[in-house]
Amino acid sequence: MASSCMGIGGEGSAPAAPHVLAVDDSSVDRAVITGILRSSKFRVTAVDSAKRALELLGSVCGLTEPQIISRFRNFRFLCCIACAITYSCIGLQGANVSMIITDYWMPDMTGYELLKKVKESSKLREIPVVIMSSENVPTRINRCLEEGAEDFLLKPVRRSDVSRLCSRVLP
Amino acid sequence: MDYSNLRRQAASMKRGLFDQGYLDEQFRQVEDLQDEASPNFVEEVVVLFFKDSAKLMSNLEQALEKYPRDFNRWDAYMQQLKGSCSSIGASRMKIECLSFRDNCGQGNVEGCMGSLQKLKREHALLRQKLESYFQLLRQAGPAGAATRPVM
Repeated sequence: MASSCMGIGGEGSAPAAPHVLAVDDSSVDRAVITGILRSSKFRVTAVDSAKRALELLGSVCGLTEPQIISRFRNFRFLCCIACAITYSCIGLQGANVSMIITDYWMPDMTGYELLKKVKESSKLREIPVVIMSSENVPTRINRCLEEGAEDFLLKPVRRSDVSRLCSRVLP
Repeated sequence: MDYSNLRRQAASMKRGLFDQGYLDEQFRQVEDLQDEASPNFVEEVVVLFFKDSAKLMSNLEQALEKYPRDFNRWDAYMQQLKGSCSSIGASRMKIECLSFRDNCGQGNVEGCMGSLQKLKREHALLRQKLESYFQLLRQAGPAGAATRPVM
């Protein structure tokens, strides 16, 4: 997983396919969304939790900047600084993610909470976030859209849903 | 070896699975994702599904015993299972999942137990049928030939 976010090539190489980060705690759904994204020629990294997604996004130690600042005196903050320095040195910041597509309902941290963290981060907030859910709950959908979600897809997700979305969202 | 005949048999078997309601449109969506780059995608996802759903059903069975009348917990397990069924188009299994959730909603323990037994039966049936189907596909010829659904 780490190798796919190594910022391969960097400036000056041929443009790589957009890198999409898929987040879903269901292994079946991860396999399907990965298949959908790959068949649309995206590079995909699939993770099973919002926490892992944040780690990958380089949001140091799973904390967003406001949280890091608020834990200034915490020893972990020192570790976070060390991580941040390391990450910036090897160009892992943001892991070059062009879009995040996440399940809504996950244990520990929901897709909505992940969305909020992404939008709160000055580094990550430009990344479009799409929420997927098997439940059609209008209040939930509105809440996500208000929080800055790019779109809300009902599961089971189809390739046509994703290709329609990507042509709108990605270059 | 008459490959075209085997392919016809496989197509007919698959049509049967749709006609009898074992599979729905979402299965075709998954098939559409299979290509030269992922020539065994459908079977891989199906194998993953059966492994995942077996584990979820086992966890649920334990929960039924360990947490009596904990309908919220039972429902949460079933929601996950229903999601997986939905994602691959396992239609009859999904119906039993919904029935279980209805029973949870009504606080009907016996109904839940009954639904789970039906679900296990549908799981076993679908597994057996899909295994036969994939076996037939393998006999019918190279992956390239069997990629595009004949229906």
